[in-house]
Amino acid sequence: MKLDVFDKLKILTDAAKYDVACTSSGVNKRASAGGIGSAASCGICHSFSADGRCISLLKVLMTNVCAYDCQYCVNRRSNDTPRTSFTPRELAELTINFYRRNYIEGLFLSSGVLKDPDYTTERMLEALRILREEYRFSGYIHAKAIPGTNSALIARLGMLADRMSVNIELPSQNSLRLLAPDKSKHSILAPMGYIQNRIQENSKELVQYRSAPKFAPAGQSTQMIIGATPDTDFQILNLTESLYKKYKLKRVFFSAYMPVADNAMLPALNTKPPLLREHRLYQADWLLRYYGFAANELLDQQHQSFNPYIDPKCNWALNHMEFFPVDVNRASYNSLLRVPGIGVLSAKRIITARRTTTLHFAGLKKLGVVLKRAQYFISCGGRQAEGLKFAPKTMLQSLLSDKTLTLYRQNFPEAPAEQMSLFDPPSMVQAQSMQEELRKCLTAPI
Amino acid sequence: MPNRSNLIYRYDGSFEGLLCCVFESYDQHEIPLDIFSPASLQTTLLPEKDIRTETAKANRVLASIPQKISPAALDFIKRAFLTCHAQKELYILLFLRMGYRYGASVMNMLTDDVVNTLFTAVKHLDKESHLFKGFIRFSVFNNALVAEIEPKNVVLPFLVRHFRERYPEERFLIYDKTHRMGLIYQPYQATIIPIEELDLPETDENERSFRELWQLFYDTIEIKERHNPKCRMSLMPKRYWKNMTEFGSAEEKPSVSRHGNDAVKSLNFKIAAEEKLLD
Repeated sequence: MKLDVFDKLKILTDAAKYDVACTSSGVNKRASAGGIGSAASCGICHSFSADGRCISLLKVLMTNVCAYDCQYCVNRRSNDTPRTSFTPRELAELTINFYRRNYIEGLFLSSGVLKDPDYTTERMLEALRILREEYRFSGYIHAKAIPGTNSALIARLGMLADRMSVNIELPSQNSLRLLAPDKSKHSILAPMGYIQNRIQENSKELVQYRSAPKFAPAGQSTQMIIGATPDTDFQILNLTESLYKKYKLKRVFFSAYMPVADNAMLPALNTKPPLLREHRLYQADWLLRYYGFAANELLDQQHQSFNPYIDPKCNWALNHMEFFPVDVNRASYNSLLRVPGIGVLSAKRIITARRTTTLHFAGLKKLGVVLKRAQYFISCGGRQAEGLKFAPKTMLQSLLSDKTLTLYRQNFPEAPAEQMSLFDPPSMVQAQSMQEELRKCLTAPI
Repeated sequence: MPNRSNLIYRYDGSFEGLLCCVFESYDQHEIPLDIFSPASLQTTLLPEKDIRTETAKANRVLASIPQKISPAALDFIKRAFLTCHAQKELYILLFLRMGYRYGASVMNMLTDDVVNTLFTAVKHLDKESHLFKGFIRFSVFNNALVAEIEPKNVVLPFLVRHFRERYPEERFLIYDKTHRMGLIYQPYQATIIPIEELDLPETDENERSFRELWQLFYDTIEIKERHNPKCRMSLMPKRYWKNMTEFGSAEEKPSVSRHGNDAVKSLNFKIAAEEKLLD
C-alpha cells in the first residue's frame, strides 16, 4: 500500500509542477482549539527546489486523468502517460504528515478533469473536508477552480480554501480557441467573476458578523502561459492590469512555456523556455502592484515588447529624463519609487532617515539604495554625485546587469566603443546629450 | 561628552550585566574601547575593568530607556543583544548614549554608523528567524516532534509564538546546536532552557517512509529545463541544508546514543541548570 502512495505522489507531483503559484501569503490564522495549523500573511517558504522556485505548499493533482485535450498541457487526453488518482483520504493524511514535520505550509490542490468538472470538484471538496473537519487543519489551502464547475460547488470550495485560482491559461481568446478547444474565455472568466463577487459579499458579512465563515480569505490569483502563442508583452501586461482592476486578483503569475507536445501550432520541442521574457513580465507586474506604474507607461502600441537588456523601470526612466534628477531630500515617496536603484524598502528608509538629517550619497548606500544605478537619476542638496560619468560605456555597465551586458556585447560588439568616439571627453554640459544617445541605443526597437 | 578611553569592559554575558556597563560608562564619564563577554576569547594588553552585575543599577538603566528614548528602542536593543554581531555590546552602549542625547529620534538616524551597524545586525537576525520558520525539519520520535538547527543568531525566542500557534496540541523540541539551548513546548506552555547535548534515538519505519516521500516530492517538483542551482543557493544558503530532510541529512543523523531513547521519550533533556536565559 505504501509503495502505491510513492508511485502516486511521483506521478501527481510531476503532473502538477508546471503550475506556478506556490505562495502561502495573504492571510493570518492560528490553530483552533484541538487543531493544527496556522498561516502568516507574509507567506513562508519551506524550501527551494533545484530550479530556484519556492516550495511552500504540497503541490499535487487530485488526478491526472483528464477529459480535456489542451495542446500545451502534459495531462491532455491524447498524451500517452501513466494515469492515477489520490483518494481524498490518502491526500489528507499525506498533507497532515508533511505539515507536522514542517515540510510544508499547506496544500495546493489542482486536478485534471475526471469525468466532468463537477465530479472532479466534489472529490477535491472531500479531501479538503477531511482536512478541515476531521483534522481541524487551519494551515494554508490553495484550491484550483476547474472551469465549467457548478457555482454552488465553487461556493463550497471557497469556504474550505484560503486562496482560489482559475487559470487564464492563454493571454487571448484566439489562442484559447486554437489550443484549448474545451475551454472558452467565458468558462474561465465566469468562475473568476463569481469568486470575486463572493469575496466581496463575504467582506460585507464579516463587517456585520465577525464570526461569519470566511470565503477564500487570501483572495484569488491566476496564471497564464508565456511564449506558447504570438501574444505580445503589451497585450499580456494590459490583460494583467485589467485583471487586477476588474477582478481584484491578488496575483497574476506567468509561466514560460515548456514545450511538452509536438504540434504545428506550438513552438518546436527544442525551443528554450523564454525565461528572460518571463522575468521582465514579473518585474513589470511588481511595478504595477507596488510602484504605482500603469501598464501603458511601460509599453505602448509602438513598443509592444520589453527591452531585453534593461529592466522596465530603468527603461521608463531613460525615456523620461525630464522627470530626473530627483532630489532625495525633498522628493515624495511616489517619485522616489520611480528612481532605478530605489525600491519600496529603501524609499521608506529615505523618508525615515531624512527626518533627522540631510542625506548625502554616502548615507544612501547604508539605506540600501543601489547607487550604481540610482546615481544617474538623483541629486542630494541640488548636486549630482561627484565625478559622475555620463559616458555610454560606464552607463551601460551601471544600468545593465552582468548577464544582459554580456548579451548586449554579443549582439552589438562595436556599439559602446563607436559611440565613445562620437564625443569629446564627457563633461557635465554634455551629460544631457550623452543620456540622449544612450537612451537611443538602448531603447531602439530590437 | 567624555572621550573614548582605552579601557576594555568585561561583563558576565547577561543582558543585565550589559546594562551595568552602560551605568558604569555614565558614572565614570568614560566610553570603553570594547566590551568583552566571557564567551569572547580575545585577550588584550589594554587595561581591563570587570563590571559587576548589580540588579539595582541594571533596573535603573532598564527603566530609563523607554522613558528617555522610546519603548521601540528598548525592544530594538533587546533584539540587538541576541544577534551574532561581534561587537554588539559596544554598539548597544554607543546607541544608548546617542539615544539619551537625541531621544526617540535616534531610531530614525539610519545613516549614522552606530545605528546602521545595529540595524543591519537586527535585520540579519530577523531574516534568519523568518527563514527558520520554513527551514526547520521535525522528526517524529514517540509522537513528539524534534528538530535541530544551527543558527548564527539566537533565533529561538522569535520562533516560540509561531510554532505554538502552529502546533498547539503537539509536544516539540527545537534544539539550537550553536548556542546549546532548546525550545521545549508541551500543551500549553513553552520554555527555553540550556541543553548541553542532544542524542536522538533511531527513527522508526513510519518516520523513514515520510522522509523518503518528502525527498521524492522535492526531487520531482523541479522543472529540469529550468535548473538553476545558483538561484536556489542565494535563496537557501548551503549552511541550512545540513539539517534539512530533503538533502538526505536525516539518514546521517546520530542513530545510537549514550543517553538513548528514554531521554526523548519523556522529553527530559540533560539540562545545565546553572545558566539562566532570556525569555
